[in-house]
Amino acid sequence: MKTAEHPEQASKFVANDQRAHWHDQALWFVREKRDRMAVSLPEWEQLRSAASQIKLHTVSRLADYLEQFEQNATKLGAVVHWARDSEEHNQIVLSLLQKAGAKQVVKSKSMLTEECHLNPFLEAQGIEVVDTDLGERIVQLRKETPSHIVLPAIHIKKEEVSETFHEHLQTEAGNNDPNYLTEAARNHLREKFLAADVGITGVNFAIAETGGLVVCTNEGNADLGVSLPKMHIACMGIEKLVPHAADLSVFLRLLARSATGQPITTYSSHFHGPSPGSELHIILVDNGRSNLMGSEQFRNSLKCIRCGACMNTCPVYRRSGGHSYGTTVPGPIGSILAPSRDSKAHKSLPFACTLCGSCTDVCPVKIDLHHELLEWRGEIHRRGQLPMSKTVPMKLTSWMMRSPWLFRWVGAIGKFCLRHLPRWAIYHGLNPWGKQREMPESPQQSFRQLYQIHESKKASDE
Amino acid sequence: MSSRDQILKSIRNQVVASVDHPGLAGDWIRYDDRVAHFATVLTAVGGAAHVVDSAEEITAELSRVPAFAHASKIVSLCDQISGNVDFDAIDDPHALEDVDFAVLPAQFAVAENGAVWVDDAAVKHRVIYFIPQHLSFIVRSPTHVADAIVDNMHQAYERISLGEPQFGTFVSGPSKTADIEQSLVIGAHGARSLNVFFLRQ
Ligand code: SF4
Repeated sequence: MKTAEHPEQASKFVANDQRAHWHDQALWFVREKRDRMAVSLPEWEQLRSAASQIKLHTVSRLADYLEQFEQNATKLGAVVHWARDSEEHNQIVLSLLQKAGAKQVVKSKSMLTEECHLNPFLEAQGIEVVDTDLGERIVQLRKETPSHIVLPAIHIKKEEVSETFHEHLQTEAGNNDPNYLTEAARNHLREKFLAADVGITGVNFAIAETGGLVVCTNEGNADLGVSLPKMHIACMGIEKLVPHAADLSVFLRLLARSATGQPITTYSSHFHGPSPGSELHIILVDNGRSNLMGSEQFRNSLKCIRCGACMNTCPVYRRSGGHSYGTTVPGPIGSILAPSRDSKAHKSLPFACTLCGSCTDVCPVKIDLHHELLEWRGEIHRRGQLPMSKTVPMKLTSWMMRSPWLFRWVGAIGKFCLRHLPRWAIYHGLNPWGKQREMPESPQQSFRQLYQIHESKKASDE
Repeated sequence: MSSRDQILKSIRNQVVASVDHPGLAGDWIRYDDRVAHFATVLTAVGGAAHVVDSAEEITAELSRVPAFAHASKIVSLCDQISGNVDFDAIDDPHALEDVDFAVLPAQFAVAENGAVWVDDAAVKHRVIYFIPQHLSFIVRSPTHVADAIVDNMHQAYERISLGEPQFGTFVSGPSKTADIEQSLVIGAHGARSLNVFFLRQ
């Protein structure tokens, strides 16, 4: 898959200045809600440490826990399948659907099925797949992909939703009222729920000790989707496991608070075995995850519970939009996960970061996101995948910094230029620092001059 | 080799330092007045809580709710509250598509997040938690109302036993979405309203 570089994609997004600001504001609003929730619990930091350690513990014994989960889930009457990669995952889903004679499928939000490109695969087989999360349905009707893992349609304005619904759901033209539009989607999707042959969901958490799984939504779409048809297919990455049911207390307290600033999602549903007369199939998917486990630096990223908090806070994500990352999972965590699959295709992502560390501060499972992003930059350099636009200036800078007189001389030229050159000579294509922002005002004296004055003053005072 | 064995082998081949489980003991939050805190949180997420002494009070309260008063199809799984659908006689859950109102029992409530825990041990079709237009839960408490409410999720999991074939869910408020420009809309797919009654008896 050809992926364009992040800066190119981002420049398309920021070309619409108003939209970029609106997007930034919308996400900052969510980040603020998260902050209010975090301070409402005095034990917040204790929860984060516990969550982080439970996940590390699980990863350190993952094979045992997976076997335990399989055994218990089977005992409950579920059928467990294993898929090495996305192709195998899609084939398993297809064969289950064929066995059930399914023509219509309802799906609730699952980043894993996005990662596996399940929808186009099933559609090519003549199966209708309807995404039932409102945001996902909006992007599906618009033939787009989600731009955020929790808020899939955060980049779309209500006027655009109105146009899309007018075209597909025959709503009134120009009626942009979110209540009206949601009601129309509700009625449309109810028909789909009632007609579906099979329901597919993702999995937020699976429990080794009990063989059950937990799915969290605010809309109840996962639940409606799987409690009418006779077959429920649950697709999960192997890292979604937790050892015990009691561990969920930690994760359910953190997930929604971090994601949207709610105390808990409206529905946190625990599935233990199929409902009487129905089938429950669970697909455990690796797709590169086991390789990530072996890497000391990047293993931490397997702790991710996909809350999206790191995206909501990221100054780059907020101003460049989720699509600019060109991956299923965008933002800080996506910029770590994507290069671990294919560092060449996604080499620009670890650089879509200011290293401000805000993502690390909000991550409920304490992933050291900005450290890993920095680590990735080095890795991409070592793999010889850096573009010349980065390697050449870096070499020059290092050469300049090794020579004090040269450093002084270049500094003086720089100050002179900033002060005296006309705007066009500073703000042009060759100076990316001048894009979208003003260069700093040049100080009257350099640090070195200030220091010397200070020192000589000190000497004369003594 | 099967995919299962390949995946397990690939995992076992990785060198991962062993990390202990941290344990779950902690100084987790408690509330002086669990009933009041539960009600505040539930209200904030779009629901409403009521403390009552008798089933009659629930009926009286409900009949003031237009959605109940005008409902044509009501499922009640609580004695003393009358419904008009013979729920257990229904074989196909699709037949519940036009239920307007359901009054269902809930096991207990959680103060920190305004959720109630429900399971399908005695409920034939789990879809009844999601398909009605409006929903009310009744939490019975033989002693003090506060005994039916735990402080936090850690206590909640101590009360639940999982591992049997069963479905259970925490429900906190009515169904909602904010997917259109972050405007909160109540009533996405599931219930458009949610009332929780604590019945002292
Ligand atoms: S990395 Fe952390 S903050 Fe980002 S989505 Fe994952 S859990 Fe949430």
